[in-house]
Amino acid sequence: MTVFTTLKLAFRALWRNKVRSMLTMLGIIFGIGTVIAMIASGQGAKEAVADVFRSMGTNLLIVTNGSQRQFGAAGGAGSRYSLTWADEAALENGEVPTVRWVTPVLQTKAQIASDDANWNTSVIGTKPAYFQIKNWAPKEGVLFDEDAALNGPKIAVIGQTVATQLYASSNPIGQPIRINGQPYEVVGVLETKGQSGMGQDQDDVIIIPLKTYLQKMDKGIGKFISKGQLYVSVASESEITKAEAQLTDLLREKHNLLASDDDDFQIRNLAEFALSQQKSTDKIATLLAIVAAMSLIVGGIGVMNIMLVSVIERTREIGIRMAVGAKPLDVLTQFLVEALVLAAVGGVIGVGFGAVLAKYMASYYGWKLFFPATTAAIAFAVAGGVGVVFGLYPAIRASRLDPITALRYET
Amino acid sequence: MAAVSVGEGGPYRDKPREGTPLIEMRNIHRTYVMGDNLVHALRGVDLVIERGTSIAIMGTSGSGKSTMMNIMGCLDQPTQGTYHLNGRDVSSLSRSQLADVRGRMIGFVFQSFNLLSRTSAVENVEMPLMYQGIPGRERRKRALHALDRVNLADRADHHSSQLSGGQQQRVAIARALVCEAPIIMADEPTGNLDTKTSHEVIAILQGLTDQGITVVLVTHEPDIAAYARRVITLRDGEIVDDKLQEPIRAAS
Repeated sequence: MTVFTTLKLAFRALWRNKVRSMLTMLGIIFGIGTVIAMIASGQGAKEAVADVFRSMGTNLLIVTNGSQRQFGAAGGAGSRYSLTWADEAALENGEVPTVRWVTPVLQTKAQIASDDANWNTSVIGTKPAYFQIKNWAPKEGVLFDEDAALNGPKIAVIGQTVATQLYASSNPIGQPIRINGQPYEVVGVLETKGQSGMGQDQDDVIIIPLKTYLQKMDKGIGKFISKGQLYVSVASESEITKAEAQLTDLLREKHNLLASDDDDFQIRNLAEFALSQQKSTDKIATLLAIVAAMSLIVGGIGVMNIMLVSVIERTREIGIRMAVGAKPLDVLTQFLVEALVLAAVGGVIGVGFGAVLAKYMASYYGWKLFFPATTAAIAFAVAGGVGVVFGLYPAIRASRLDPITALRYET
Repeated sequence: MAAVSVGEGGPYRDKPREGTPLIEMRNIHRTYVMGDNLVHALRGVDLVIERGTSIAIMGTSGSGKSTMMNIMGCLDQPTQGTYHLNGRDVSSLSRSQLADVRGRMIGFVFQSFNLLSRTSAVENVEMPLMYQGIPGRERRKRALHALDRVNLADRADHHSSQLSGGQQQRVAIARALVCEAPIIMADEPTGNLDTKTSHEVIAILQGLTDQGITVVLVTHEPDIAAYARRVITLRDGEIVDDKLQEPIRAAS
């Protein structure tokens, strides 16, 4: 028989039992639908986590002052002054080749005020590389560059939260802002970043040039980066661990530490934290996908069940077909194709259903919609596979019927 | 009724092999295992049937006539003995090969019609052609022609439930004809029909014999057997009578 004839025959047989075919398909539809939705939402959640960490900084290592230990009591990170401006200069000069950008980040809480309102927020003094590391662009106005920051101008770039608090709906660009009573001018408003991986509002911030910060906010202690950190951005994600090791070596050397000494600084690796977060979302996604796959198997069993019923119901038909020249293989093909069509049509609808489900979930949880063609293709292939696997046994049974017995079969 | 015409290409798809009879059965035995018992349905049947004749196989139930028809129709195989159909030994073919032989050589007509339900007459007739790989348009053409041969061209799109018993049996005959098989095996073809429609069906079958198709009638009714040229009688799995006669012509 030709492929077309076989398909036509299958569609007709299924159409004859519309309700039954539809109900059988539902199993496949839900199975495929949930598999797709689960894979898509798993990816979506993963992307969302990755996005949060990307927003905190690209391939970021944060170097802080180490812990001061006095008479056995540890003072905690930053209690000891060990990072120096020389360290920063060395990194800027490319002494660690895997490092792309580096900037000191000095931070303090301060009272700020516009003409109409006031607010308490973090003031950060840093270099322009900061914006690159955080991949942060201005929403309005401009950021300061190296030249602009050179002489310690009293300018500020503010986060969205600050802009809202101080200027409500009016445009903050060019407006005066007071930080600890000192007048500054707002030159830029940063685009919204949202929460960090640790749950802080990243937009509740004012950023001023490092030089200005050192002059006005914190004089610092000589050669040390006292109340600050170094943000180090590694050139490529795969080199983060390597960069961390190189950085450790360099700093130990600069600080003249002996092999027996502990590090007098700390390096925090955000990528590692992100990775562990991603692993936990991965685990959940895998679990959900397994549950969804189970429902697909149940759908497949539904197909098998119906095909078995169908073979028994149509025993007489099978006998007639065999009498007029249908070979066992023809009969097998007929029933197998019926199961395949059932599963494939269910698969197509299931892919659509899964896409809708994924879209709904993405918008509900605020994820990016993730629906690659490969997932759909795989799901469709799986549906076909389910049809073949679960349709094979009934089809073999049909093909093995004895034509004489089948012709005598009373329904 | 039944001014039957020969189909295009003649009644034979397998070329008749000169010098060989159409059906040649030698020492055919068929035994079944029923629980612990061995049932001998056929015990050494010898039968030769020439081309273009009509033959009635008679016998009471249990005489072995159904088994005989099943073997002759390649639905079953003998336990012992040889069966040559059109010069070819078919006694030990595979199921798939037998199906192929059936499709090309034999058209079946059953007592209970055995049409597919919820399927139109023309689609029923088309069905055997599907298994010969004939494309759809050609199938439809040949099926309509076969329906025309049994005077049912105007009922082509009727479903079997919309047809009378006699019409259904004529559709079944058209289905048996459509592959241009040289043999038509009719198993109690009038068993479910009243006298009038029985005559119509018999008239069509006689018309086919006139066109050179070999018609094998399996029946237990002597008045039906009277329409055949040759009548063999089976009893307990053996042929007990084999006679030639001048058949009665069915009024058409």
